Amino acid sequence: MKITVSGEVKEVKDELTIAELIELENVETPQYVSVSVNDEFAKSEDFKTQKLHEGDIVEFLYFMGGGQ
Amino acid sequence: MAFSDEQLERYSRHIILKEIGVRGQKKLLNAKVLIIGAGGLGAPAAMYLAAAGVGTIGIADADEVDLSNLQRQIIHATDDVGKPKVESAKETMNKMNPDVTVKTYHEFVSSENILDLIKDYDFIIDGTDNFPAKFLINDACVMAKKPFSHAGIIRFKGQLMTYVPGEGPCYRCVFKNPPPKDAVPTCKQAGVIGAMGGVIGSLQAMEAIKYITGVGELLTGSLLTFDAIKMNFHKVKLPKADCNCAVCGTHPTITKLIDYEQAECDGI
Repeated sequence: MKITVSGEVKEVKDELTIAELIELENVETPQYVSVSVNDEFAKSEDFKTQKLHEGDIVEFLYFMGGGQ
Repeated sequence: MAFSDEQLERYSRHIILKEIGVRGQKKLLNAKVLIIGAGGLGAPAAMYLAAAGVGTIGIADADEVDLSNLQRQIIHATDDVGKPKVESAKETMNKMNPDVTVKTYHEFVSSENILDLIKDYDFIIDGTDNFPAKFLINDACVMAKKPFSHAGIIRFKGQLMTYVPGEGPCYRCVFKNPPPKDAVPTCKQAGVIGAMGGVIGSLQAMEAIKYITGVGELLTGSLLTFDAIKMNFHKVKLPKADCNCAVCGTHPTITKLIDYEQAECDGI
């Protein structure tokens, strides 16, 4: 199936979970990433069970602490 | 308030813009913006706001200028090493534009002083380098109903979002709590390309100017990310304000400001 991850369309296996996508995308500090699916926040406790669907739009939101 | 000939000339490129004009320039001259952190983000933000003629600019920072700051903190010069950053920043802004009144706060922001610091300002810019300060600024601005620009930079990446009361999610809607100490790399540990502060800090100044003049769309409800390696800007549409948010939700559980303990990223 095709999903959009951070603005890029990607072909992934059907029924991919958010946790699997996080691994696939090599997300840095995966335990602290916020994830939105179709403009809704996914709960971190659901990452292992929440399956993605064809056409889903997924965004990763990262902590970025620097500034000085 | 009538413009002097010198002001008409100084701000001519603003005044000629139909979106700004004389009216918008007057709004800028009457506006008050507080910049927290006179570093990588705060330096370019302060300089563009001073150049734009924002009438009152407050700048808060407890640190002194260090040689390792100068790779990115362009408001400070080599001669300023050892001087309080707020003083060095004030001198640069005064030299740039005598129309601007600069107020300096040579102190760390904390739960004790932040509400007092922000109360007289129309817009706040978060140019800090650590999560406790970023969460504190968010919570204080939500409680005091103040708009602010959040930003972060690291390595070749940067991001920013704008909070306006009642018009979209706050920082805590997106990031519930600060990460544990050392869980997320800091600028000192990971490095940051100097020009990134220029890109993202200038965008923060842009948001302040747009908010003050009422021009265009703000980054409320969006997080703009910039990846300099791929040279890619990506605007992430954020979910609506979380009605269960601990600070801006309908039944907030955070009603007092919190001083999270955490090592700082290193302003210095």
